[in-house]
Amino acid sequence: MKTETTLAQPHIKAEKAVRPRQSFYQRHESLILGGGSVLIVVAIWQAIWSYTDWISPLFFSGPSAIAKAFWSMVQDGSLFADLAFSGKNFAIGFGAALASGIVLGVIIGWYRRIRLIFDPFLNALYAAPRVAMMPLIIMWFGIGMWSKVFIVFLSAFFPILLNTVAGIRNMDRDLLRAARAFCASDWQVFKTLAIPGSVPFILTGVRQGVGVGLIGVVVGEMLGSSEGIGFRVAYGGQTFQTDTLFVGFVIIAIGGIVLSWAAERLERHFSRWRPER
Amino acid sequence: MIKLQIDHLTKHYWLEREDRNVLALSDVSFSVEDGEFMAIVGPSGCGKTSMLNIIAGLLPYEEGDVLIDGKRVNGPGIDRAVVFQHASLLPWRTIGGNVRYGMELQKRFDEATMRDRAEHFIKLVGLSGFERHYPSELSGGMQQRVNLARALAADPVVLLMDEPFAALDAQTREFMQAELLKIWSKAKKTVVFITHQINEAIYLADRVVVMSARPGRVKDVFKVPFERPRNLSLKRDPRFLELEDSVWKLIEEESDRLGMVAAV
Repeated sequence: MKTETTLAQPHIKAEKAVRPRQSFYQRHESLILGGGSVLIVVAIWQAIWSYTDWISPLFFSGPSAIAKAFWSMVQDGSLFADLAFSGKNFAIGFGAALASGIVLGVIIGWYRRIRLIFDPFLNALYAAPRVAMMPLIIMWFGIGMWSKVFIVFLSAFFPILLNTVAGIRNMDRDLLRAARAFCASDWQVFKTLAIPGSVPFILTGVRQGVGVGLIGVVVGEMLGSSEGIGFRVAYGGQTFQTDTLFVGFVIIAIGGIVLSWAAERLERHFSRWRPER
Repeated sequence: MIKLQIDHLTKHYWLEREDRNVLALSDVSFSVEDGEFMAIVGPSGCGKTSMLNIIAGLLPYEEGDVLIDGKRVNGPGIDRAVVFQHASLLPWRTIGGNVRYGMELQKRFDEATMRDRAEHFIKLVGLSGFERHYPSELSGGMQQRVNLARALAADPVVLLMDEPFAALDAQTREFMQAELLKIWSKAKKTVVFITHQINEAIYLADRVVVMSARPGRVKDVFKVPFERPRNLSLKRDPRFLELEDSVWKLIEEESDRLGMVAAV
């Protein structure tokens, strides 16, 4: 018998490999190529806008005109008022959808009978485009903020709920068997397997919910509101203030990019244990 | 002293897909001594995994008895731990967290003891320094070490191993067999080791149960005559090969009877 107290270490070192040296370009390739292409497109657009009469200011706009409209909206404070209105509606509606979607999703995912009872309603409501309910929602809540809050809630709720249900149900059978072999109770299975295992699903739901929630707030404001970014876009269109319309459009695009980037970061943070992609 | 006793165990189950009753185990009896390493070998479909699941308490049984220290098995218990074929590690827990998992579920030890035991068994299976790694960062062989450490840390009376090396490549498997013997000699547990590899069973075990297929019956139980500690070179020893060959013939008869090629 050997007298050693521990066994040989496997022949793989725990240290991280040394990162090979990279040039400035290699380290920032996506930023350089992505940012560069945006700059070039904007420059061409601006050149056409300034030096040709191919673009009618009635139907389209140019970067400098958009910037000017943006600046005047910043100065008179209307841009921040609109942003605050839309942002508040989105935040309240999305927060409510997040909390209720996760809690109900966990319950529906865990209890088979509750799922069978709710399934037909969930599927019907999920398949129907929720913004189509906007006229009804305006009838209920008026054209103030609560109709917008509600449409955001309704839009974001279903992707969060259904992804949570899928996450809870997607329990690994091998893991369940292992847990049971170690005498796990239902509560322990729920706590140690169902919940952590569904986190990536929930975050996918959050990412989808951000997208449809954003559509909800914009469309809601377009259809019935006197404030907000969506209203600004619709109003710009109705009054042929094409520059203002474009400012609203750019703001919405940036808002969408920032929010989905944040959701993606969140998703990545909580899936550190997954194999590298 | 007898630790585990299987007494006239018979297991039927209903095959939903084919709408018929299947006899998985038929009148299986054998016993395992305290501290003994028992291997159970047989062709696929001999019910050996069903038997392990019954001993683990994961599968109910009606006919016969499974006794551990004289007590009938009725569901999972803290006196058993299973090393599964698929490592079944929680992917969101680190290695340290996974080794603690069984202990946490069983709630037998306080926090300090769990920490000490986790550290001890991670060291025993040779994974010191990997505590903070995630399972996805480990090779298959290393994941099986974690699987083994998790089971040992739970301090079972009987350690059940369900073809734990079947999914590993041939070299890693040989290496892990040698490692397992070293770990076993230190941990001093009663082991029931399921495998379909005859030479794995002979190399590891004190005694071997040979099972027949469909329905699973005990064909033979024999004592492995080789001294411990055993080296991997034992597998090239003529006496070892002879023994392997005789077991192979037992199983082959069985396969001929069923008109199929042995899945060994």
